[in-house]
Amino acid sequence: MKGFLRPDGRKGIRNTVVVVYLVECAHHVAKTIVSKIDHDDVQLIGFPGCYPNDYSLQMMEKLCTHPNVGGVVLVSLGCEGFNREKLNQTIVDSGRPVETLVIQKCGGTKTTINLGIEKASTILANIADVERAELLMSDLVIGTICGGSDGTSGISANPAVGVCFDLLLKEDATCIFEETGELIGCEHIMADRAESPELGKALVACVEKAEKYYTKMGYGSFAPGNAEGGLTTQEEKSMGAYAKSGSSDINGIILPGEIPPKKGLFLMDVVPDGEPMFGFPNISDNAEIVEMIASGALMILFTTGRGSVVGSAISPVIKICANPETYKNLSEDMDVNAGSIIEGKTTVNEVGQSIFDCVIDIANGGKSKSEELGHKEFILTYKRFDQTSSSKILEPIGPSCLR
Amino acid sequence: MTDIKFVLLNEADNILVCCQAANYGEWVKLPNIELRLGSNIDIGHKVACNNIAKGQNVIRYGVSIGSATVDIIKGSHVHLHNMKSDYIPSHTRQSTVGE
Repeated sequence: MKGFLRPDGRKGIRNTVVVVYLVECAHHVAKTIVSKIDHDDVQLIGFPGCYPNDYSLQMMEKLCTHPNVGGVVLVSLGCEGFNREKLNQTIVDSGRPVETLVIQKCGGTKTTINLGIEKASTILANIADVERAELLMSDLVIGTICGGSDGTSGISANPAVGVCFDLLLKEDATCIFEETGELIGCEHIMADRAESPELGKALVACVEKAEKYYTKMGYGSFAPGNAEGGLTTQEEKSMGAYAKSGSSDINGIILPGEIPPKKGLFLMDVVPDGEPMFGFPNISDNAEIVEMIASGALMILFTTGRGSVVGSAISPVIKICANPETYKNLSEDMDVNAGSIIEGKTTVNEVGQSIFDCVIDIANGGKSKSEELGHKEFILTYKRFDQTSSSKILEPIGPSCLR
Repeated sequence: MTDIKFVLLNEADNILVCCQAANYGEWVKLPNIELRLGSNIDIGHKVACNNIAKGQNVIRYGVSIGSATVDIIKGSHVHLHNMKSDYIPSHTRQSTVGE
């Protein structure tokens, strides 16, 4: 395997230019730049809000300096609250080419679009010969999410991803699982897998935070389609979702955008701190996908029972279908058929191995179904976290001389 | 532990999960379990393999996934109409269940 070597030592499996709108008012210009260039490696991401927000700035900094990103064009209207200077500087410091276009200074929509096409095309050409280096298993960072779960997810696709995670972790890769709101009910079982008792307590605490938050919001992480597919309660969905994490030790908790501080298996704490402020933690699956990518995920294993079709900007999404009926219906969108487990034709271990093989293929440049189909969804919204790193919870308390 | 159409995921479970759509009146036979379906059951849905009393936990994967809101007879579909979450109410497009 070969990867794109970045100045920070991380290696990407894709070499993309992201065109970033920094407020909804710049969306059309950025989108038109991307659609006119019409190249798989020029992708649109952005943030719609005009109010500044620490979380979204940090997320954008991490996304624009992601190993799969080779260069960046920022598109600003000019008067929005997003700190474009700081974002630009972070990208410069990372050694990547970046151009900031301010529509109010450039002379308007058409001029900025033309300028953006020129800048993005130049960057794309310039990063084509970026250094390639041997991509090791230990360079891989893989995230997992489930979307459109049903009663089959927890007995086919999710445990199969769990098997794949165990295989990846054995080879020293880093794996991220998430949605503390979808772990409500399994916090104590999960805590037993923590590498330390302190981490076990922190795992329980972050699920309790999620339960409190979702209870205030009035809805669990539970959609009508979950019920139509046979799932009845949040805790039933949780147990199924939890199976994605496999059976390896859990090595830590990370916040969205936080790069795992070591190799191993990490839970992402996606639920904001404090009283609900900006709404639901993640308004739909892509918001979670973006958070795992911001934390360095090079690809995402997406399990689905009802049948999701999404992909993502920046990192490929691999679709693992849990339900044999859904697979028949939506096979053009699915990379792996875990429904064969439900039909008794394959075992969880066999499908886990197929997902592992698929990971290697995608890391080698093979395209996932959603990539081939042109899915490059992206969502980033407002959030608030009190601490900047979850690992702070895990540091021993007391004067440093006693540690 | 697989019938063609139903699976017992854990010995402690009081429900089976449907792997292939089945019809009212069909017999389901697994080691130590024999029941007749009280309704049509779709893939991914649950059926009681024991009588489950009101207030008793519904067990899947060997752990509680909520509790019965009415007495559930062996062979019945187990879903929003007869069980609820012990954490957060579930919702459908039409209603919220289990508040």
